[in-house]
Amino acid sequence: MGSKKHSQSSNVQLTAPTRLTGAEIIWATLAGEGVTDVFGYPGGAILPAYDALRKFPIRHTLVRHEQGASHMADGYARASGKLGVAIATSGPGATNLITGIATAMLDSIPMLCITGNVSSKVLGTDAFQEVDITGITLPVTKHNFLVNRAEDIASTIRHAVQIATSGRPGPVLVDITKDAQQATALFDFEAAKPKPYRPHPMLRVEAGGLEQAADLICSAKRPVILAGHGVIESGAMEQVRTLAERAQIPVALTLLGLGSFPASHPLNLGMMGMHGEAWVNHAIQEADLLIACGMRFDDRVTGKTSSYALNAKKIHIEVDPAEINKNIKVDVALVGDLRAVLEELLPRIAGRDGGTWLQTIDQSKGASSVRDIKNLPDSGHLYAAHVMHDLWRITGGNAIVVTDVGQHQMWEAQYFHHEKPRTLITSGGLGTMGFALPAAIGAKTACPDQEVWVVAGDGGFQMTSAELATIVQEKIKINIAIINNGYLGMVRQWQEFFYERNYEATPLVSPDFVKLADAHGIPARSVHTRGEVAEAVQEARSAKGPFLLNFMVEKEDSVYPMIPAGNALHEMIRRPGQNPLVESVND
Amino acid sequence: MLHTFVAYVEDLPGVLTRVASLFRRLNINISSLTVGRSERPGLSRLTLVCDASAEAGHRIRASLYKLENVVDVDDIAQAPNVTRELALIKVAASTKTRSQIFELVEVFRARIVDLTAESLMIEMTGVESKIEGLIEILRASDCRILELCRSGKMTMRRGHHTSSVLKAMGAKGDEKPLEEEETAAVEAEF
Repeated sequence: MGSKKHSQSSNVQLTAPTRLTGAEIIWATLAGEGVTDVFGYPGGAILPAYDALRKFPIRHTLVRHEQGASHMADGYARASGKLGVAIATSGPGATNLITGIATAMLDSIPMLCITGNVSSKVLGTDAFQEVDITGITLPVTKHNFLVNRAEDIASTIRHAVQIATSGRPGPVLVDITKDAQQATALFDFEAAKPKPYRPHPMLRVEAGGLEQAADLICSAKRPVILAGHGVIESGAMEQVRTLAERAQIPVALTLLGLGSFPASHPLNLGMMGMHGEAWVNHAIQEADLLIACGMRFDDRVTGKTSSYALNAKKIHIEVDPAEINKNIKVDVALVGDLRAVLEELLPRIAGRDGGTWLQTIDQSKGASSVRDIKNLPDSGHLYAAHVMHDLWRITGGNAIVVTDVGQHQMWEAQYFHHEKPRTLITSGGLGTMGFALPAAIGAKTACPDQEVWVVAGDGGFQMTSAELATIVQEKIKINIAIINNGYLGMVRQWQEFFYERNYEATPLVSPDFVKLADAHGIPARSVHTRGEVAEAVQEARSAKGPFLLNFMVEKEDSVYPMIPAGNALHEMIRRPGQNPLVESVND
Repeated sequence: MLHTFVAYVEDLPGVLTRVASLFRRLNINISSLTVGRSERPGLSRLTLVCDASAEAGHRIRASLYKLENVVDVDDIAQAPNVTRELALIKVAASTKTRSQIFELVEVFRARIVDLTAESLMIEMTGVESKIEGLIEILRASDCRILELCRSGKMTMRRGHHTSSVLKAMGAKGDEKPLEEEETAAVEAEF
């Protein structure tokens, strides 16, 4: 609970070796690793740990469902760059974490999950609430451990933290039996230090690779930088920007790369891929050189791989050797930490005139880029794009936006322009509906001074809306924008385009979200017209506590452009007619 | 194509599952897997043979290295190596048919390791084709094979220098092993 007094925190000496229970060792080790916040839910097999919690300077947020705990830990990590920690009991508590663990795995998020398990004496006997969670989570964790001795807890947790935060980050689960929590052992934080981190043995820049890359960059006529999540994880924002500016190379971003390069920068093309703007994808298809920085050529950004950027040489700068040539064959692979590789590459890059290519791209933006959604005659309809646009404008783009998954997520990516890293928190790889609300709680916990907005659809919001009670109990000031169109919108859109408008199982009856919020003691209001948007957003922002806005948007609106799955990157469904829902960056 | 990986893995519970799970995830069938203690304390050595595309080798090796318990991975590919398999074959044999089997065993340089009134057990070490050869001949000679147990392949690079030897000697981790030593030894096959 956030109300815990810090005077309780000095009960345990961390400096000298001390005899502690396994339960105390869990918290002492976490505190020693700098963990200040955890998200969890108690239960029988983790009760010894909860019993010891009050002695340690760690804030615990009680969730309403363990999936919320893993998403909160994830959101905490994404917003801060620090390790996120989730706690759950054995059996169903542990299995409920899994969706959140897989979400973190697919997006390379440093996360530690600690689960209790039944006593080692009955392990493997189908005891009450026993489940083989290390077996179950094996393919969705970077690594996991089963600990059944108190003396192994400290070293295992420290090793787990090292694994989660090193190289390509990822979730690690530590399963600790109840008897290990109850037994005592000598706690020596220093002695529990893991062996020095061993980088992946195949991490290396090919001999001559830097020169080759520099030559390709200097001689390219139509280069594009593809910036992904790795830019943020590696902290290479400055290096990417220097490369782009020095060699005058335009930058296209993946969904998770948004914020790694300022949206207002003249060299920023915007998001690439399935719902990227036409000029971005055309630029990639016409490029003669792609410089992929910390991205993995996911199918959502390449479209059909056999027709992807056929005229382009490809340089891939990537920390995970298993990603090289996985989806797209590359010409030069610089395998290593992006920032370190770019630091070595940059001295080899001289100034370059990118004028003609940049002009070509600019022209391909055509009329669509200068049309502004604010000039749309107010037809009485409320478009989600308007909501995103206004939210961006009113918050000055300074808020952390945590999205769910679906149409609203793509509209957010298109119309909310992110200047800084870690201001967009979204489930890209796994595409986890229900992510937004809990992840936002984690983000706000990590960054209490930042304005945090949840943007969720009416479908995804209901998957984890139980966490509304969590924000009340923990007094978390976040603002919630539900983009309510009465459908599972993205699925409906696919049915419209690819299944002859057979809207099977997509019309959605929802509760009155305003009343739902009210039942939690959260002020809320519905918004039906464009004219109300700005005022409503301001009301939410100025409210002391959490606030919920229910935006009743156009029901059968679709996200454009769209590359149907399996199509080439340039074969996109464009906006119908003269629908000018496109925004100029200078606006 | 057939890939042969030699890996040193930590000798801990569950490690084999992690290795196997990786191949399951990639939808690659493991055609042979042999595991046992190695010359390095606390580490097991495994030889894993699988059928996958030529390009898959790099990714499999890179992915194996991503497993926390995997210490060293060598992709033998086409490098000069010695590969052996062990087979135990129990054959029904009466006093009448025994001598014929003894002759075959002699020719194949195998050994009889157990003998009872109704059956005998043959132990044989060799390359896969040699073992297949003996099995085929036994079947062709109307010998009834009661039980057959094969170890799967064990592979070791020829010559002194292998990537793992270099690593164990404290040399810098290197992708490519040194040039193979010219080895006069010729596999003693027939």
